[in-house]
Amino acid sequence: MRKNLMMAAFAVLTAGAVAATPAMADKSIIVQSTTSTANSGLYDYLLPEFKKKSGITVNVVAVGTGQAIKNAKNCDGDVLLVHAKSAEEKFVGEGFGVKRFDLMYNDFVIVGPPSDPAGIAETSDVKAALKAIADKGATFASRGDDSGTHKKEKKLWKAAGVDPSKGSGKWYRETGSGMGATLNAGVGMGAYVMTDRATWIAYKNKGDYKIAVEGDKEMFNQYGVILINKDKCPSVKSDLGQEFVDWLLSAEGQNAIRSYKRDGQQLFFPNAAAADMKKAG
Amino acid sequence: MQDFAESFRLAFALVSSGDGNLLEIIALSLRVSFSAMFLSCAIGLALGSLVAVARFPGRTAVIVLFNTMMGLPPVVVGLLVYLVLSRAGPLGIFGLLYTPTAMIIAQTILITPIIAALSRQIIEDLFDEYDEFFRSLAVPVWQAMGAVLWDARYSLITVALAGFGRAIAEVGAVMIVGGNIDHLTRVMTTAIALETSKGDLALALALGIVLLTISMTVNALALTLRSSAAKQAYA
Repeated sequence: MRKNLMMAAFAVLTAGAVAATPAMADKSIIVQSTTSTANSGLYDYLLPEFKKKSGITVNVVAVGTGQAIKNAKNCDGDVLLVHAKSAEEKFVGEGFGVKRFDLMYNDFVIVGPPSDPAGIAETSDVKAALKAIADKGATFASRGDDSGTHKKEKKLWKAAGVDPSKGSGKWYRETGSGMGATLNAGVGMGAYVMTDRATWIAYKNKGDYKIAVEGDKEMFNQYGVILINKDKCPSVKSDLGQEFVDWLLSAEGQNAIRSYKRDGQQLFFPNAAAADMKKAG
Repeated sequence: MQDFAESFRLAFALVSSGDGNLLEIIALSLRVSFSAMFLSCAIGLALGSLVAVARFPGRTAVIVLFNTMMGLPPVVVGLLVYLVLSRAGPLGIFGLLYTPTAMIIAQTILITPIIAALSRQIIEDLFDEYDEFFRSLAVPVWQAMGAVLWDARYSLITVALAGFGRAIAEVGAVMIVGGNIDHLTRVMTTAIALETSKGDLALALALGIVLLTISMTVNALALTLRSSAAKQAYA
């Protein structure tokens, strides 16, 4: 008898636990996005405002740009918000995205330890700085994860005429992780790290690290937003996704982005094209 | 060192403040891992019992397979479940990716081999011990199995706890199939990973302390249950 009771209790618990899993709220979308926008707290600031206005819950999956695009190609999302313009244009070109819009920008910086082993502090010439890092063999922690930041970093190495892969595992350390994890690793081993400014300002484990290189126009960091195409992915909630994209591009959304600050500093600078803003109302 | 003291202070403050977000995350962690544990027990005990008493060609290979799969890397399980549940995958139409259900599935796959392998050993050993007794009374095998499972119940609870411990502690699988979405699929381990990547190490460690405390509570409860049941049995 007791055994039967136990079995019954077990069955009820199992069934209850499984049944308790709710279906996703009806009015919700999934945004595939980058770690930088999530780690900097931007979404925690923007999404409640959008929800208040539209009643739509935005679920953000924060991964590197490379993985975000792959997930979007598998139709596991409704909107893509990343920062690697050429990869985004390719995504749209292949028919996975409806259209790409400029959304906002900030810039990349290179942070480093106060001892400044490569002697690059307070320079603004990123190519010269990277070359100095390579020449001195100063430790540099790279994302190494095909993210937007990693793509940009590789482009800058190329522009500087340096092939960092020769120093791989020696002075050039590819962490294969997100921005915050790479900063943790970099600070831990005294390495230079290239990071977007938003993540850096919001990051809490700076130790004695400082910005070494900033202000080069090559370090521009543009974010784009794309609605995933229903033709390729029938599961996409086009209406809700479009509403989110429209709001981001509208004067209201752009103002919300502009007003997000950490420690008194603005993290992202909205730059939707005037025509897109107008159309979005 | 300062981080440790700060973290304990933070952990205490977090718990005593009854922060709604934290409670939500804890509740989801428990729901996902307990569900996975119960499902794994249902599947794993059945498989374990079957292999313990059945004799068939390739049985040794099956046992080796179970034992090997106890070491399944969570991130690999996460990846496989992602590929299957993704919209582009075979079960994509159900839209299960990035839901707690997906996390339960991944953790169930992760811990079922643990339950199966450990319970197989326990049940087989006990069967060997009772063998003569069962044979002399010509007890049918299903009845013998009932008796063995009942007598092994305390060991089997420990097996279930081992599975629960593995489930609640893993981050690799739930991160991939859950996506660490705030208010939807964020659990303790993915929250810890997130705070670590924000560089808020003190808060990350505080969450770790909270997680350990929860696991300890679950284990203590199981032990209490066991000893009070044992007392009753011998009273």
